[in-house]
Amino acid sequence: MTAGDVVFWVLAAITIVSAAVVVFARSLIYSAFALLFTFFGVAGFYVLLGADFLAAAQLLVYVGGILVLLLFGVMLTHKLYDLDLRSEVTQLVPGLIVAAGIFVILAATAVRTRWMTAAPREPAPTTRSIGHLFMGEFLLPFEAASILLLVALIGAAMIVRRRKDA
Amino acid sequence: MVGLSHYLVVSAALFSLGMLGVLTRRNAVNVLMGVELILNSANINLVAFSRFGAGNLNGQLFAVFVIVIAAAEVAVALAIVLTLYRLRRTPNLDEADILKG
Repeated sequence: MTAGDVVFWVLAAITIVSAAVVVFARSLIYSAFALLFTFFGVAGFYVLLGADFLAAAQLLVYVGGILVLLLFGVMLTHKLYDLDLRSEVTQLVPGLIVAAGIFVILAATAVRTRWMTAAPREPAPTTRSIGHLFMGEFLLPFEAASILLLVALIGAAMIVRRRKDA
Repeated sequence: MVGLSHYLVVSAALFSLGMLGVLTRRNAVNVLMGVELILNSANINLVAFSRFGAGNLNGQLFAVFVIVIAAAEVAVALAIVLTLYRLRRTPNLDEADILKG
């Protein structure tokens, strides 16, 4: 049990317990803050897997952007006089059966397959390599992602705008 | 020794928890949180395969694109949820049945 293994198990515990709190918590704010810990755990996994740029991008975009957006959504979709941000869980048993079945199938596949794994490389800074790949081999998906972001920006603003009539 | 299958099992657990959130939650923002869990589990898979299987960074690049798409999707989905809330005065997805026949 090396130190890397201990870190892996700790991160796995943090991530999965936080994800369970996200799914089962009664209050929306508890879910949102447990989601914060889940994102931190996933960023820790990226660091363990040698993806340092991705870990920083995950923290910036997910925690700094998406989680804040979700909190805005929580705040804006409850009545002002109703401070009780509760959310109910419906049809728990069929959902549990489906989710448990999918987990069993996925985990069994993951454990029993003979993956053709190579020896993991030494962790190296990836930012420069990712930058070269974005500007070289993956230039077209990069530009397409920029257009996607522009479209999403315009679309979200258009959907929420207040209409002058009624 | 922690290998590829450990990461895959962790991401499978995240995926099934996210799916449970999407299936059983009534509030729209909670459903969005479940979708984010699913996307994160797919990202862990991509980066794990990039490290253990392939010798290149394609998995990490794909994961960056997934993060970008997740950000765009959350923005648009929240715009829809806000408009729905303005219309129906409730964030519960069960009440969004205007198109029901």
